[in-house]
Amino acid sequence: MTLTIDGVYKQFGRFPALTGISLDVRDGEFISLLGPSGSGKTTLLRVLAGLDRPDHGCVFLNGVDFLALSARERRIGLVFQQYALFRHMTVARNIAFGLEVRPRATRPSRAAIQARVSELLALTQIEGLGDRYPAQLSGGQRQRVAVARALAVEPQLLLLDEPFGALDAKVRKELRGELRRIHDATGVTTILVTHDQEEAMALADRVVLMNQGRIEQIGSPAELDTAPASPFVFTFLGETNRLPCEVTAGAARFEGFVAPVISPAGAADGRATALFRPEDTRLDAGPHAEGLPVRIVEIRGRGSLRLVECQALSGHRLVAELSEAAAGAFEAGQRVRLTARRVVIDTVAAARPDWNPEAGGRGAPAAAAH
Amino acid sequence: MIPRGLEHRRVNSPTAVILVTLALAWLALIIGAPLATVVVEAFGKGLDAFLAAFREPDALASIRLTLLVAAIAVPLNAAFGLAAAWSIARFEFRGKAALLTLIDLPLSMSPVVAGLVWVLLFGARGWFGPLLEVAGVKVIFAVPGIILGTILVTVPLIARELIPLMTEQGADEELAATTLGAGGWTVFRRVTLPNIRWALLHGVLLCNARAMGEFGAVSVVSGHIRGLTETLPLHVEALYNDYDFVGAFSAATLLAGLAVVTLVAKTVLEQLIRAGQAVKPAQELAIP
Amino acid sequence: MVALDAAFAPAPLKPARRSWREHSALPGFGGAFGFTLLYVGLIILLPLAALAARPWEHGLGGVVDAILQPRTLAALRLSFLAAAGAAVVNVLTGLLIAWVLTRYDFPGRGVVDALVDLPFALPTAVAGIALATLYSPGGWIGSLLQPVGLKVAYTPVGVFVALLAVGLPFVVRAVQPVLEDLDASLEEAAQTLGARPLQTFSRVILPALTPALLTGFALAFARGAGEYGSVIFIAGNMPGVSEIAPLVIVTRLEGYDYAGAASVGLAMLAVSLIVLVAVNSIQVALSRRGSR
Repeated sequence: MTLTIDGVYKQFGRFPALTGISLDVRDGEFISLLGPSGSGKTTLLRVLAGLDRPDHGCVFLNGVDFLALSARERRIGLVFQQYALFRHMTVARNIAFGLEVRPRATRPSRAAIQARVSELLALTQIEGLGDRYPAQLSGGQRQRVAVARALAVEPQLLLLDEPFGALDAKVRKELRGELRRIHDATGVTTILVTHDQEEAMALADRVVLMNQGRIEQIGSPAELDTAPASPFVFTFLGETNRLPCEVTAGAARFEGFVAPVISPAGAADGRATALFRPEDTRLDAGPHAEGLPVRIVEIRGRGSLRLVECQALSGHRLVAELSEAAAGAFEAGQRVRLTARRVVIDTVAAARPDWNPEAGGRGAPAAAAH
Repeated sequence: MIPRGLEHRRVNSPTAVILVTLALAWLALIIGAPLATVVVEAFGKGLDAFLAAFREPDALASIRLTLLVAAIAVPLNAAFGLAAAWSIARFEFRGKAALLTLIDLPLSMSPVVAGLVWVLLFGARGWFGPLLEVAGVKVIFAVPGIILGTILVTVPLIARELIPLMTEQGADEELAATTLGAGGWTVFRRVTLPNIRWALLHGVLLCNARAMGEFGAVSVVSGHIRGLTETLPLHVEALYNDYDFVGAFSAATLLAGLAVVTLVAKTVLEQLIRAGQAVKPAQELAIP
Repeated sequence: MVALDAAFAPAPLKPARRSWREHSALPGFGGAFGFTLLYVGLIILLPLAALAARPWEHGLGGVVDAILQPRTLAALRLSFLAAAGAAVVNVLTGLLIAWVLTRYDFPGRGVVDALVDLPFALPTAVAGIALATLYSPGGWIGSLLQPVGLKVAYTPVGVFVALLAVGLPFVVRAVQPVLEDLDASLEEAAQTLGARPLQTFSRVILPALTPALLTGFALAFARGAGEYGSVIFIAGNMPGVSEIAPLVIVTRLEGYDYAGAASVGLAMLAVSLIVLVAVNSIQVALSRRGSR
């Protein structure tokens, strides 16, 4: 356990950006800070980098009080959203900067710096670009330079602020794998800020899901998937169907079927709103099929997958994600039975005074947030 | 059919010919003619008469004083411009707008008022006049007053070049340098300064031209003592009032030459600045 | 951890946070800001304080007398009217020149573009003696005007003529970048919708340029009203007729009438600032309307 963040608060004017963040990061771990904009993830990163000072709370790295150190003294590698490459220096000079500015006593020799730069150019696979200026590079190349520059000082922590935000989808996927490889090669403890759940889940050992300055859940991607701590986590991580139900003894009862509740543990009995994923949704056209009677409205293609949009008698719109083959059995206008494999109970929605399970449907605010 | 007149940049329609001719004629009348007058009057009596104007000890003294004033005022205003830009473009604090307004204020001030205020402070009947008299220091009708007047007139010129540029560039590069372990001075010298060097030079150039050519403010505080407190523009005035037109226009040619050189250097610099900015927009960055 | 939280909550680590400035990881604020304040204080604020305080030495009456004295009033009127008139002409000619420079390519365009800034760079005394010579009865232009019965040099008209050059670059440099950025598709859209060139100009381009033209006007006016060097040689400086306000200040100072000189100086600065603020608020109103 190397990095300890404990009870960090930070307020901008009246806006509470961080409200009591506590988090332990293990040595060599890859952590993703995930959340919608305004959730505080970037602020937390800036606190770690020393760019923002928390109002209170503490941060220790290997037992050293991190907040007592200035940004300059922390020896962290920070990759900025827009990379912030020094535009008047070549790629090689950019990478060498952190070593060149060291006091004479600790500064490596010219040859050692040169060797380190070559090593990093190779690690980030931009050999041959050392003499170029940032303006002459593509977005992906710039990002590699930014990572190399941050790694040059052998940082105790590598912090990345939405490093893929400015790249197109193809380059982004490629660099994602690259970043994980660099992490595994160097073993540097890495914290990545992103609003893209796919990115966070694909890269990180553990994901820290943040919302409104709080941590909603910390866990491995699998844990977040199978045991979401809150309806927010569930809706943030994927497409969601919403349907009113009756909770009894840890199961959600719908018209025509019952589904197990995976979260929250021990949901109170009574009327509630259930959330479930299109990929956990099944359709059956058999004459004796169980389930909620729905009518298929539309079938849309998406690669080898099909999204089947259905409407219940109550008016709720529900989407099922089926394989191309499975969807072949259905057509628009058909009446079928719908079941969900597992659901999450939205306690917040149930507690709302204006709660009316009959009136709601897909597209409620929480679902739209994704 | 493509509507007519959409391709700009070529003078091919009657309207275009008329507009370009009108514009050029107006510029020739308003700017070209006075400039030509200076040269013609200066060389009208031959090269010898022109050169004779610079053999006068008073003329040489005025050139020396002009250089001295600029050599003090310009570096001070450059230091101020850098300090102001660093604090305003790199930090958030209350009262920033008020500070910016104050810095801009001398631009809307008559040069004569910019001289007057120093007389109000340091003149014989100024606030600090008696004090200075006791101390035996002369500010008004002396070189210090000329320097102060020049500084006040030119104080915003460099700051106004740097503040918008540094605000637009943002602090990310400096912050990156800091997290990489660079100290304040290193950050300034190796990251900030290279990014603003052309704009700084541009500001220095304008500031210098204005400082060397300042007339109104300097005229109020100088006292017009030949050979002692006369800058080159004041020397021009004195010669002109003495009906030494060749001398006046010869000295004026020197100043006009300075202006033209400044304009040429400024144009070159602006191209460099534009080239430097072109570095920034990243064409390849496709926003998803 | 939760217990620790509670222990830390009531005692903020850095109580200075909600101070007048925000924390930054960059160093050097203290030194840079301190020097900036010192410099602004000594070079701008202190002189301004003197200008604001000195006029009142003989009470409000003294100030009113100093400004309302016929000779002063005439000089103020001449300075501000000539500046306003010249600024109006500058708006027209400046727009024309900016338009030509951004819309047409012709040989020597670069030189012309640079030449527009000459009044910025040319020392005012040089411009002053050149204009006086040019428009004097024996000068190139003066000799042409004399037969027509037009006297420019040593008359109030001379003041106006001198300010035509002084204010021009302000308008051109305010309008030019806006014209360059003006989306060409706007004009194209108007033309494909059947607008004639003049309609396109007056209904599409001109409204977009209005804020820049206002800025140019205000700057040209403020500069012109206070102009001294380029005007003083051509004006003739006849008290009550062709004497400009800055000259009145100089004359009063020569008579050691500091309060009187400061009164006129303060009045000039006040009018310039009022015009600048007024133009600013018009622009704010315009931009509100535009962004609605």
